[in-house]
Amino acid sequence: MIAEIGLAALWLAAALAVLQMVSGAAALRAGEGAVDPLAIYARPAAIVQAVLAVLAFLMLLWAFAITDLSIKLVATNSHSMKPLIYKLTGTWGNHEGSMLLWVGVLALSGGLLAAFEKRLPQNTMGATLAVQGFVALGFYAFLLLSSNPFERLPVPAVEGTGLNPLLQDIGLAIHPPTLYAGYVGLSVAFSLAMGALLTREVNPNFARVMRPWVLGAWVLLTLGITAGSYWAYYELGWGGWWFWDPVENASFMPWLAATALMHSVSVLAARDALRTWTIMLGVLAFSMSMLGTFLVRSGVLTSVHAFAVDPERGSFILALLGLYIGGAFTIFALRAGAVAEGKRFAAVSREGALVFNNVMLSAILAIVLLGTLYPLLTEAFNVRVSVGPPYFNPASAIFAVPMFLVMAVGPILRWKDDKPARIQFEVMLVAALLIGVIAAVSFFGSFPFLPLLGLGLAAALAVAAILPLRGRKLTRVPVATWGMVIAHFGVAVSLFGMACEGAFTEERLAAVAPGGTEQVGDFSVTLESVTPVAGPNWTALEARLAVSQNGGAPVILAPQARNFWSPPQATSESALLTRWDGQLYAVIGNQAEDGRWQIRVWWKPFVTFIWYGGLLIALGGVLAIAGRVRVDVKRRSAVAKADARRADLEALEAQPAE
Amino acid sequence: MKAKHQRLVLVVIALLAIVGAGLLAAWSLRNQANYFYLPEQMAATPPDIGQAVRLGGMVQPGSIRTEADGVTVNFMVTGNTADAIPVRYSGILPDLFVEGSGVVAEGSLGPDGVFLATNLLAKHDENYVPKELEGMGTQQAAKVAAETTVGLVQ
Repeated sequence: MIAEIGLAALWLAAALAVLQMVSGAAALRAGEGAVDPLAIYARPAAIVQAVLAVLAFLMLLWAFAITDLSIKLVATNSHSMKPLIYKLTGTWGNHEGSMLLWVGVLALSGGLLAAFEKRLPQNTMGATLAVQGFVALGFYAFLLLSSNPFERLPVPAVEGTGLNPLLQDIGLAIHPPTLYAGYVGLSVAFSLAMGALLTREVNPNFARVMRPWVLGAWVLLTLGITAGSYWAYYELGWGGWWFWDPVENASFMPWLAATALMHSVSVLAARDALRTWTIMLGVLAFSMSMLGTFLVRSGVLTSVHAFAVDPERGSFILALLGLYIGGAFTIFALRAGAVAEGKRFAAVSREGALVFNNVMLSAILAIVLLGTLYPLLTEAFNVRVSVGPPYFNPASAIFAVPMFLVMAVGPILRWKDDKPARIQFEVMLVAALLIGVIAAVSFFGSFPFLPLLGLGLAAALAVAAILPLRGRKLTRVPVATWGMVIAHFGVAVSLFGMACEGAFTEERLAAVAPGGTEQVGDFSVTLESVTPVAGPNWTALEARLAVSQNGGAPVILAPQARNFWSPPQATSESALLTRWDGQLYAVIGNQAEDGRWQIRVWWKPFVTFIWYGGLLIALGGVLAIAGRVRVDVKRRSAVAKADARRADLEALEAQPAE
Repeated sequence: MKAKHQRLVLVVIALLAIVGAGLLAAWSLRNQANYFYLPEQMAATPPDIGQAVRLGGMVQPGSIRTEADGVTVNFMVTGNTADAIPVRYSGILPDLFVEGSGVVAEGSLGPDGVFLATNLLAKHDENYVPKELEGMGTQQAAKVAAETTVGLVQ
């Protein structure tokens, strides 16, 4: 029954998406003021559709919770012996389930937009909902026609196959849903951009409607990427925190576009400039989300994330991608000329700095995009290549470094027009910090160039981030400004963590007999014993490592080499010792013939700052949303009051009017 | 600057930056991309010493030898000819790394002709296979890879 309810809900939601599309289009055609009889259905259709899509997802969640082995998806991805939490998270640990989550979030955000957004003109709203319905319809079709999550087995399976052990981790509970909500939140920005473009309503009012969606999606993407990075760091056991893996890039590219969009939409809201640029970024950001989904879901890439290796699905998503991105850019090309030019500004101004950084972000996006697609391209010519850090790090740094420098001074520039001489002191301070730190660090040893530059930039950015607060009364600084300060400071913190990890990491790889001791950094690591242990669905060899810092009291670390039996797979569970100034990271390897065990230990100074920085950036975004929403609510109530007063006055003076 | 042309100027700057990024990417991708070699290809046309490449093939049975430090492993990688490339790797071996299994080694060729691997990719499980070894049994690995890897751009 559960599966049938879920499937019926999906079909109904797809039908409602059609209604939403038709009704929204009717509202667009009717124009302002006129009422089309069809137009009234768009909002309710979006809301009911959201309820149905979420219901379908809950049904699948329930099927996984009770391990209903008559459903093919459950049988191939779950196991009755799995801990409940991993049964639940396993719902989206596979192709069909994760696409259902994607569609569920898409419908939910469309429903929220329809239910709560009352500021836009009726025809703009209609066009927006029509676009949202059109996007949703494509993905319903994808789910229902080529990857039905509720498919039944002719004969129920006796036992499930289980879930990839790498995915049996609490990280899976957080990382994909956050990331998806971010991806799909950008769909609303996309629909709003298309709606505004179609009705030529690209103005600050529209930007204020779009801003919370962009900020919200951006916060979720930031959190999703941060969580994913930490998860890969401790779960893969390779000691790295970013691999430029195509799937990581797939989440990084929408983030870059969303970062640019968020800044540009703020300019549009505050200054009525950058109209077409904002629209273009809105289209670009969601295009990157869909491209990411395509890369991950089509099976053109092989990685832990690629569940589906099915050419039919790949071509289906590629067709959707072509339809939406191609269509959006066609409309953009046809309509962009009709958008009136916004307000102008000088090259040296806050807008100027934001435009510069927007362009730099887009350039980094281009670098990452080309590097990610290059192996697919060469494969068409039968040449197999892989692209890794030697390409991505320097190529993106070429654009990231000027961006960070402008980011340091941008927030203290004035809107519209400013003189470089006015911020002389700040510029000198930032330059002095940058050069001073690089000089000081290179005095103590020779380090690779990029981490060294990163350290200098981190110091300069950390100070520059708080400069906008200089000379202001802290209690009177708007919440949104605090958000910006904290987010920019978070960038510095994260950069500091990355640079320290790159410059100062110490590593020790050795074969150790039980009782033997190895030294890494300030730590001495003693292998006490290696014993077999068992978990609910795995067995493992667990090493007991006594770690003591500078001869202090030892702490026990227990890295494991785990063997899962359903599906049969071995994983390495790292053990971490977190100090405020870094992490000790230990993994255990094989046993040599003479009985010694391979131990690999890293001391990574300040590595945790990478993720603390990510959290700070996200917190900044949350504060920005809170601040903006508060100001908007205030403004709206003030406008409403003023309107009421004007109406009263007019009513009083109605008779003796001029 | 004539204010009238501001939009045009912005578009030109943005285009220049994006095209610049594209050219930079194209140039550095040619230099930095990791090309995939089979043992016989590496024997016939060895890559430059120190250039990062990937070597894929089969671990020759009986060739795995662990050095006295317990963490450095030497083995031979063979393809579908008699050519075998010696590989040295220091680190924790992938779980399914055994004699006769398919492997992809990331690293570079040393001056002494030994391939110094910085990372080894082996078959993890049925769902996660290094791209180059996808869908291959142990014996087929090199054969199938040879059919799909036609030439190397140098």
